[in-house]
Amino acid sequence: MDKPFAITLDPGSSLANHTGSWRTFRPEYLDRLPPCNATCPAGENIQGWLFHAESGDYEAAWRSLTENNPLPAIMGRVCYHPCEGACNRQHVDSSVGINSIERFLGDEAIKRNWQFMKPATQSGKKVLVVGAGPSGLAAAYHLARLGHAVEIQEAGPYAGGMMRFGIPKYRLPREVIEAEVQRIVNLGVTLKLDAKVSSIEESMQAGKFDAAFLAVGAHIGKRAYIPAGTAAKMVDAISVLRSMEGEDKPMLGRRVVVYGGGNTAIDVARTVKRMGAEPIIVYRRTRDKAPAHDFEIEEALQEGVMVKWLSTIKQAEEGEITIEKMALDDKGFPQPTGEFETLAADSVVLALGQDVDLGLLEGVPGLEVKNGTVQVGPNMMTGHPGIFAGGDMVPSERTVTVAVGHGKKAARHIDAWLKGTTYAPPPKHELAGIEKLNTWYYSEAPHVVRPMLDILRRQSSFDEVVQGLDESNALFEARRCLSCGNCFECDNCYGVCPDNAVIKLGPGKRFKFNFDYCKGCGVCVAECPCGAIKMVAEEN
Amino acid sequence: MLKQMEGSRAVAEAVALCRPEVICAYPISPQTHIVEALGEMVKEGALASCEFINVESEFAAMSVAIGASAAGARSYTATASQGLLYMAEAVFNAAGLGLPIVMTVANRAIGAPINIWNDHSDALSQRDSGWLQLFAETNQEALDLHIQAFRLAEELSLPIMVCMDGFILTHAFERVDMPTQEQVDAYLPAYSPRQVLDPDEPVSIGAMVGPEAFMEVRYLAHAKQMEALKLIPAYAAEFKAVFGRDSGGLMHTYRSEDAETIIVAMGSVLGTIKDTVDEMRDSGHRIGVLGITCFRPFPVAAVADALRQAKRFVVLEKSMAIGLGGILAVNVRMAVTGMGLKGYTVVAGLGGRAITMKSLHALFRQGEKDELEPVTFLDLDWKAVNKQLEREKAHRRSGPVAEALLRDVGIVGARNY
Amino acid sequence: MSFQPVKFYQTGTFTVGNRLLPPEERSVQSDSKRFNSINSGHRACQGCGEALGARYAIDAAMEAADGRIIAANATGCLEVFSTPYPETSWQIPWIHSLFGNTAAVATGIAAALKVKGKTGTRVVAQGGDGGTTDIGFGCLSGMFERNDDVLYICYDNGGYMNTGVQRSSATPAAARTSTTPAVGAEPGNVFGQGKFLPAIAMAHDIPYVATATVADLRDLEAKVTRAMEIRGARYIHILVPCPLGWGTASHDTIRMARLAKETGIFPVFEAEHGEIKSVLAIRRPLPVEDYLRPQKRYAHLFGKQPRIDVIAHLQAQADRNIRKYGLQARKGGH
Repeated sequence: MDKPFAITLDPGSSLANHTGSWRTFRPEYLDRLPPCNATCPAGENIQGWLFHAESGDYEAAWRSLTENNPLPAIMGRVCYHPCEGACNRQHVDSSVGINSIERFLGDEAIKRNWQFMKPATQSGKKVLVVGAGPSGLAAAYHLARLGHAVEIQEAGPYAGGMMRFGIPKYRLPREVIEAEVQRIVNLGVTLKLDAKVSSIEESMQAGKFDAAFLAVGAHIGKRAYIPAGTAAKMVDAISVLRSMEGEDKPMLGRRVVVYGGGNTAIDVARTVKRMGAEPIIVYRRTRDKAPAHDFEIEEALQEGVMVKWLSTIKQAEEGEITIEKMALDDKGFPQPTGEFETLAADSVVLALGQDVDLGLLEGVPGLEVKNGTVQVGPNMMTGHPGIFAGGDMVPSERTVTVAVGHGKKAARHIDAWLKGTTYAPPPKHELAGIEKLNTWYYSEAPHVVRPMLDILRRQSSFDEVVQGLDESNALFEARRCLSCGNCFECDNCYGVCPDNAVIKLGPGKRFKFNFDYCKGCGVCVAECPCGAIKMVAEEN
Repeated sequence: MLKQMEGSRAVAEAVALCRPEVICAYPISPQTHIVEALGEMVKEGALASCEFINVESEFAAMSVAIGASAAGARSYTATASQGLLYMAEAVFNAAGLGLPIVMTVANRAIGAPINIWNDHSDALSQRDSGWLQLFAETNQEALDLHIQAFRLAEELSLPIMVCMDGFILTHAFERVDMPTQEQVDAYLPAYSPRQVLDPDEPVSIGAMVGPEAFMEVRYLAHAKQMEALKLIPAYAAEFKAVFGRDSGGLMHTYRSEDAETIIVAMGSVLGTIKDTVDEMRDSGHRIGVLGITCFRPFPVAAVADALRQAKRFVVLEKSMAIGLGGILAVNVRMAVTGMGLKGYTVVAGLGGRAITMKSLHALFRQGEKDELEPVTFLDLDWKAVNKQLEREKAHRRSGPVAEALLRDVGIVGARNY
Repeated sequence: MSFQPVKFYQTGTFTVGNRLLPPEERSVQSDSKRFNSINSGHRACQGCGEALGARYAIDAAMEAADGRIIAANATGCLEVFSTPYPETSWQIPWIHSLFGNTAAVATGIAAALKVKGKTGTRVVAQGGDGGTTDIGFGCLSGMFERNDDVLYICYDNGGYMNTGVQRSSATPAAARTSTTPAVGAEPGNVFGQGKFLPAIAMAHDIPYVATATVADLRDLEAKVTRAMEIRGARYIHILVPCPLGWGTASHDTIRMARLAKETGIFPVFEAEHGEIKSVLAIRRPLPVEDYLRPQKRYAHLFGKQPRIDVIAHLQAQADRNIRKYGLQARKGGH
């Protein structure tokens, strides 16, 4: 076409005009730390594995999850999921049911017999892990994946540690533990049961181990002084729970008083309820002050467990106990009132906390023990080089998830120590708080509630109380994830740019900016649903 | 084929023979009969492959033509007077975009006072719009000029106004020689636009052009018009070859070979002038005529040549540059710059005022004797004008001029003198 | 268990794309090979709603017409920032003639295409609110009345922004512009003036009239697509916030459009042959104050002595829209 001068122009020729020179601020893609990941004691990349679950690729999701935690089926049942407490979706409607999806993935992995990938090479180093609880299992798993030869020596007859001896079956079926432990064994970890380590130094020398990770659980119930007649039956809670795993079921009578307000108290009360007894929990403070999770108290109450709040046991005799009413003072501490009451009680179960048996550490030079726990450095190593510790043994919150996190962390430091280096965790991304998100873009989607076993069966059997999600609602729930701080390729930045200055790189490859044309308006940042873009000032 | 018909009808039939593809119409006297006829032809199917669009204003009419032309359709419209002014913005735009639209202007005065009769004020108000402007002397020439205009416009990618005197030509029944479709097809090739809106070859038409290139764009428009000065005589010659008659061209001289006095004019008044000149020639006056057909581009060199041998020229024009005098006269004067000719401007026939041979005889004789004022207003009622001027001097609020004048000359309502 | 069907896609269709949706269900804008009918390098202000709206709309029209679109463009921001010599941003055949004649130019193009039998090529006319509701209104009404085969798209930013933010007949009440300054007893644009062109378009009984905003891309694309299925005169009125004229942050362009819709200030609906067929219900209802406060053109309402009366008047206008068009939020959102 013979185009008239100046007034008729060739199409798209404005590409010659680089409007990027107008910019005073530039957008930058970044990954922010989702609150769920930030709070996960096991250091899971929750948003990362949900990303795969959203597209229905459960195996990829499970593999992503198990990069950090080898026990998803267990975790999906017993983790107290602080992630859900932090989840940004609670500001939209309600938190994503992360724990239920984790369980779904764990169960799916068992159902489909997914196994861990073995390491490509072996390091030639041997590591002894003491205790087959969550911390020991996690450490063994990570060390094995890093190519080290790992042997777990477990004092008890089964693997699982406190997950087995402290958590009732109706919350954690034993076959789930078996399956996830077996998968770790399949990875090449040696598991020795009924192998109590009496002296860590001797065991290490005997097995020619290069390093050790101590992960002994808190199996010893704490006692409290309660004036008691000789005929009064008093046992500790952890013994009761442990005996549930053996042939000799505990003989506690019909009226069982459980003393304490923690999760173990609830567990033991619900356990004896299932055995046909009538448990009464006695706790010195109020429900909202009890350390047990409220949902567990609620489930116990639903099942018919009685609770005497604001009460202490003053005396125990055969067939009955005397309790004193308490009242909270200004500071929320219970104070005696002088009012007494008598309760019929065939036995008293003390659920006042547990201690760790630290006998295996005797004589080890350099170790420091304080308040019943072993002191470790930031790298989880004790004062004795090559001996690391985690889980209930070290000063920390005692949960399965924390223990798993210790195992992972210790494994990384042990690996580095074995190589003569140090492990420096990558710097943490900045937090993706709700203020970084544009929640307009997320569809309305109410939380999927996990089904519960019916109440009669809950009161009479050890069947699992909380049921799992099926594939369809697990997928639905996974898709409720807001992907906080991490691009999920929604194309918003690509679409909303008035200057077509965003380049779409294709599935899985995210986007990049075309700074020849980006004017720095910031619309992409404002309209990014998940807060994965930020504006930074141009230098010149 | 010889036919007796109204001028408007003749133009409509000629336009139809040019196979227009989009015609947009808005009624305004005295062009209305043209588009009425075309509308009928489209509706009855006589003019096939043509969209006839009744628009809501002249502004829209020209705008529809702009769009149609830019999309590659041969486009036509017609207007007059106020309508031309109402579309003025689009008139300039069509030329600026280089769109070869052909438009008939049935010349009519511009208000206020509103007046439906003939003069050339409307077309000449658009003389700098970038359109070519051709003025027809007769209905035959009006008809012929439309055929030439489509060819010329499309060759140059410039729009053309074919101007014909309202009522005097548009409404006059005369004999015309209507060409055949075959003749027109032989003369006028299919429209092959210089630029077109086409998804297969996209362009942006109508960019904003700043100081860095605007003057060049304007110069190029001027250069295009200058090209027309060569093409117009050439196409007129080709026209003669196909249709067998002289029509169009830049201008025509009449009995001017040895003339000392040459009367310059445009449009149908040339007939009256020629009759007057014939009579004067018969009585020995050395007087001739120069009829301008092509007002834009103005044929400066040709006009100079035509007037070179004369002693004086008298421009008689149906238009007026208020505050100066003539419009055509200024153009002619520019053509003869430095030639030492005496020149007179005569403003005549505004708003349909009759131009009589009697008045012309007197006027031309005065001219021959160089007794004319530089600017003469033919047959002006000086008595009425002076009375009003006196009145206005005496009273700040002297009332409406037109009404006062009508009272003074003793008529209520209009009358054709 | 009876829960939601599994078809929940995280963001549904609120986002531009969605990796979980099949590609054919994603927006035109999410396509890495989208037309970019208006290309990079245009000179619109940072965060220009009109540049964005134009690409949304024309790309959707291109998709619907297999890439065969001719556009006529009124004088105004869109024209000026897209085609200053020597560069144009348009990748489609495009013509700018005048400020007030765009609908007529489009009519002419449509007539040419019809007479040449090129019925597969479609015509879009586009202009700002000044070029549409004011100076171009005569030609637009004529195009509507003749039912010419043209889709006219008005990008409404509520004023003559190109010439320095003057009032148009689409400027909302109380808004400050250069010709309705925030001075005197009744600062800003007066109440009781202005016109809502979609309603006037509907009164022409044309086959299709719709409103949209740049905040609801999928809705906008659906409307353009629907319009392109129809022959005859069609009108889409798109609210495009203007950071310059509204006095808003450049990154707030989409947010402002969203607020306009969510407060009920700007009703989003579609109509066929003069009858409303659907409305985009409010999803998260908000008071108009939330929409007004971020805009400097309403800053005079929030001075030391807030103009509670004026804000209430504007709220009443929004409430009237909500009643008239049935925009009330529905349970379960969209």
